[in-house]
Amino acid sequence: MNKETPLTLLDKPNSYVGRTLSRDAAKRAVAGRGRYTDDIMPARTLHAAFVRSPYGHAKILSIDVEAAKQQQGVALVMTGAELAEMCTGPWVGTLVCFDGMKSEPQHPMAIDRACWQGEPVVMVVATSRAEAEDAAELVTVEYEELPVVIDKETALDPGTPIIHPNLGDNLAFEKTIETGDVEKAVAEADIVIEDTFTFGRHTAVSLEPRALLAEYDPGTERLTIHTSSQCPHMIQAVFARTLGVPEHNVRIVAPDVGGSFGLKIHTFGDEIAATAAAIKLARPVKFIADRLESFATDIHARENRVKGRIAVTKEGIITSMDIDVRSGAGAYSQYPRTSVFEANQILNITGGPYAHENYRASTQVVYLNKVPTSQYRAVGHPIGNTVGESLVDQAAAACGIDPMEFRRRNVMRDDSYPRISAAGIEMRDLSHQQCLETLVDRMGYDALLEEQAEYRKKGIQRGIGIAAFIKGTAPGPAGYYGAGGAPISSQDSCTIKLEPSGGVICMVGVTDQGQGVDTVMGQIAAATLGIPMESVRVIEGDTDAVPYGGGTYASRATAIGGEATYQAAMMLRAEILEIAGVLLQAEPDTLDILDGHVVDKGDSASRISLAEIGRIGHFQVAELPNHIQHTLSATYRFRLKDALYIFTNGIQGAYVEVDTDTGFIKLLNHWVIEDCGRVINPQLADEQVRGGCVQGLGGALYEECVYDSAGQLQNATLADYLVPMAGEMPDIEVAHIQTHTGVSELGAKGVGESGTGAAPAVVMNAVNDAIRPFGGKVTAQPMSPETILKALGKV
Amino acid sequence: MSEATLEISLTVNGEQVTKTVPVRQHLVDFLRNELGFTGSHLGCEHGVCGACSVRVDDAVVRGCLMLAVQADGAKVETVEGLNETGEIADLQKNFVERNAMQCGYCTPGMLITAAELLREPKPVSREEIREHLSGNFCRCTGYHAIVDAVETTINTRLEEG
Amino acid sequence: MKAPKFNYIRAESRQQALELLDQLGEDGRILAGGQSLMPTLNMRLSQPGTLIDINKVTDLSGITLEDGIVRIGAMTRHVEVANSPIIAENLPLIAEAMQHVAHHAVRNRGTIGGSIALADPAAEMPACVLALGATLVVESINGRREIAAEDYFKGLYETARAANELLVEILIPAEKSDNVSVFLELAQRHGDFAMAGLACVARVSNKTFEELRLVYFGSEDRPTLGAGAIAAVVGQTWSAECKEAAANALADDLDPMTNLQGSAAMKLHLQKVLTGRALDAAIERAEAV
Repeated sequence: MNKETPLTLLDKPNSYVGRTLSRDAAKRAVAGRGRYTDDIMPARTLHAAFVRSPYGHAKILSIDVEAAKQQQGVALVMTGAELAEMCTGPWVGTLVCFDGMKSEPQHPMAIDRACWQGEPVVMVVATSRAEAEDAAELVTVEYEELPVVIDKETALDPGTPIIHPNLGDNLAFEKTIETGDVEKAVAEADIVIEDTFTFGRHTAVSLEPRALLAEYDPGTERLTIHTSSQCPHMIQAVFARTLGVPEHNVRIVAPDVGGSFGLKIHTFGDEIAATAAAIKLARPVKFIADRLESFATDIHARENRVKGRIAVTKEGIITSMDIDVRSGAGAYSQYPRTSVFEANQILNITGGPYAHENYRASTQVVYLNKVPTSQYRAVGHPIGNTVGESLVDQAAAACGIDPMEFRRRNVMRDDSYPRISAAGIEMRDLSHQQCLETLVDRMGYDALLEEQAEYRKKGIQRGIGIAAFIKGTAPGPAGYYGAGGAPISSQDSCTIKLEPSGGVICMVGVTDQGQGVDTVMGQIAAATLGIPMESVRVIEGDTDAVPYGGGTYASRATAIGGEATYQAAMMLRAEILEIAGVLLQAEPDTLDILDGHVVDKGDSASRISLAEIGRIGHFQVAELPNHIQHTLSATYRFRLKDALYIFTNGIQGAYVEVDTDTGFIKLLNHWVIEDCGRVINPQLADEQVRGGCVQGLGGALYEECVYDSAGQLQNATLADYLVPMAGEMPDIEVAHIQTHTGVSELGAKGVGESGTGAAPAVVMNAVNDAIRPFGGKVTAQPMSPETILKALGKV
Repeated sequence: MSEATLEISLTVNGEQVTKTVPVRQHLVDFLRNELGFTGSHLGCEHGVCGACSVRVDDAVVRGCLMLAVQADGAKVETVEGLNETGEIADLQKNFVERNAMQCGYCTPGMLITAAELLREPKPVSREEIREHLSGNFCRCTGYHAIVDAVETTINTRLEEG
Repeated sequence: MKAPKFNYIRAESRQQALELLDQLGEDGRILAGGQSLMPTLNMRLSQPGTLIDINKVTDLSGITLEDGIVRIGAMTRHVEVANSPIIAENLPLIAEAMQHVAHHAVRNRGTIGGSIALADPAAEMPACVLALGATLVVESINGRREIAAEDYFKGLYETARAANELLVEILIPAEKSDNVSVFLELAQRHGDFAMAGLACVARVSNKTFEELRLVYFGSEDRPTLGAGAIAAVVGQTWSAECKEAAANALADDLDPMTNLQGSAAMKLHLQKVLTGRALDAAIERAEAV
């Protein structure tokens, strides 16, 4: 730990915090007893399927649904215009905090015009999904094809068609941030490196696709939606407002969620349509996106081109960095989180680990006739880190300095916080130096360099990559969502209750998608209250049960929800000790709670059990004096006060082998040293990092949504869009430095995206290290064999 | 064309089942929707992801690439069945202890696939485990923990004979 | 993603399958292992009127060796081929190729006949049967017909099998004991369809290729014999020059297809690389015998 943090209840010996405990959800999963949205099958459930635009851009001339309506089993056929009549109005995917941003109003289903291949046009609801698909084939839509805008580079050129004429051009958003004097730094630099980087479009490919089951009771006018979501309260607000149902009449339940990665923080028109059908028909309606429509409708991300430049002294000190980002969005800005967040993040974090003071970053985000883009795990970071870290490597090579040593000279000092980054953002509690030295040790860096040299002699080209990173986690209300105007909470709460049995119910707004949020919250609550883990039950993912909150996104669950749980548990603890004090005629501060019993602090002798407190507190309140009006429950809401994010940091290492004849890359080893502050459950933290890394490696090596010039997605199957599989991925060594954040007492920062954020950068640096002796250099991802062979001049 | 159906009789997780099913229904839709065995999941329905892996007559197959009517007369086992018999209790325990899953959606398919390596356990390398699991997609774990759990199970079985 | 409606008939005998094929014409589709057909059904890319399921026709599967010929029933599943001692001993090329065929669960159900009947240009078995000079046996109600592998693959998913014919058997001469074979494939991930691949069968004596067959797949619209490359190598003592000559000749042998995996130029390059590697390996294996 870099600085002395006062010891808390969480630091007690044998505390549940800091300990690996297994997850209850895991026990259900291995028994085949997981309960995902599609596993819920109420009687008389109907199934929705969609007719989707086969064109990238087309005017809808006519729609004939008569044959479909006659089909056996069909309960409803609904067009975009009919759906719009049930909605309060179109969405506009802008946030006021993005100054000057514009987007065309978007209806849940296309009405007059479809703007991407896959946009929903007609919904068919039938007694089975197969029958719904049968009927959908009978819907006739007459289209007139319109010109498409596919290339982000030319999207703003005068001759390019404008997708939404009302907007005047295809520009969604532009922004420049500038600190110091880049031009002066460049003019005075000994070495200036410039390069251009391109990144393919990705999509999340959660193994469980988007899924929704909507039920409406016309008697009580209550709408219940089970959906695979990270953010139940946001879904509640958006669905209620879009469909004109009072928010308090809408219950959102997120049962087991089969992976999300940012995909499931968004709202999708087909889901609104299926919910509208449930209201109209007063029957349960289920919509499960199949894999083909997942590719064609789930948000995409990462399509960016970045021109970057770094200036350094010959001693290897970075003096400036500047980047220009052209970001390719889809046909609309995704409601309600927008399609410009990614570019904005690239601006925020590129070159973020380093202490230079001159920085300029600009972006233009442009509309394209493609699937709308938005937040996907580690938003913007894979791009910003790849650009920054490749420039750093190239500068180090130009200076003739070892890349590890080059970083050692340039990272922000561990004793220099708080400080303002070159991008103008406050940084606190980081540990670049400590992480770097730990990586040197874990990699066996010097020995690895020797081994690499030996392999070179044998004609085997291995590369060592390094990539330092920062990661914005747990955004605060001063930033985007709170200030942006969308119904997205950036704060989160916990309500915690002592039951008469002595058991504890802990209800949290943050949600679990398999990270172990429930286990982590349970550990915090149990450690704080001094009760066995088995005594705590955590409830999440149900707007009828949990206090209002943002849910899980941007690595916020532990950092925000964890602090809320800790503070709520502290409040409940105080109530328990106060009641105990009355009953035991002792001062509460002489008492402690151990293993479910109130004990004397001095000798740890049990005085009264929590079950007894619960019994008296709920059933025998007459035994308590009148001034004790405790409810044996507490709610705490936590939010960041001033900070934009809780930044984390770390560094990754990679060891790869490149077959210079075939362009194939073999991943040999991978290391991640990261600082997520206090680690609650080491195993769960490690696995977040490992899984995140592989998601990043997929993007670096394989993944890309490929469009042809007509706006047709070319690889919308899992056979053609290549995700990382077990056979090619490396083992990943993970270590944590724990510099507690000062913004909370818990001290935890986010950990879910650190792997993803820098893995593409480190593997690209390793590949370039391997092929540098041949004059090769790769600056495009995914790094397909052809990309490598082209870099080597072999194709 | 009207919906063609056929009566089939088969054993599912040890129980005899007779049902009339649409001939176009694939095996996993049958297991999930007709019998309520929701442990087998649909991840792609085109045979790539492995989430729907089930055992038919002792061989692991993609449940989405086989029609329910083709299982007439067969012995079908899902993760629920393997859980009941205790055949993979050690593997399940190691998956839990090693946290070899996050969202759990791939887990039944992973377990059924990994169970093939346990039938006649022999020493295997991590690379061989990875190769064996290479047709099962997991988006959450990055595979490392899954390989660990399978490796531990095999080694323990070998040690314990 | 649910299959469209179709009729389904489970053929109880080979004869019944042939009769159904004949009656139904274009409307009938054979359901063998289903590992390629089922995805296209689920995606509604194919809409057959009737599926003729031949999985219960027992006399269509099995592996035997008679008079130096390995007979593989069309319905023999990949897993049986992969585990067969007859294959391991007599057709090591196929045994080696099997490691590249999809994944365990798919091999448990997919069949060698299904793979050859479909003739996917990136599949392993079509290349192997062409390299090994196999004979493909098809039957219809009118009788039995033997087609040499050279004459069988006609183009992208096109074969010499008529619509009313069923592929029933594959006859492959056992590899001679003084032969060596090498199977190489480049796929980005384990079990993926090949980006480029090569099946090589050779007789080598004193570092000289006396006989050689090189069959390329993954890059062409069908498995393709590298006649020029073979000519550049046969009779020559293996050398760096010889390797280069074979690679150069390949430009005329092949006409690669650009697809999502890469450009024609890249595929030609990869096939050249594989040629050199396969021939190096053949020499090495011959010397190891």
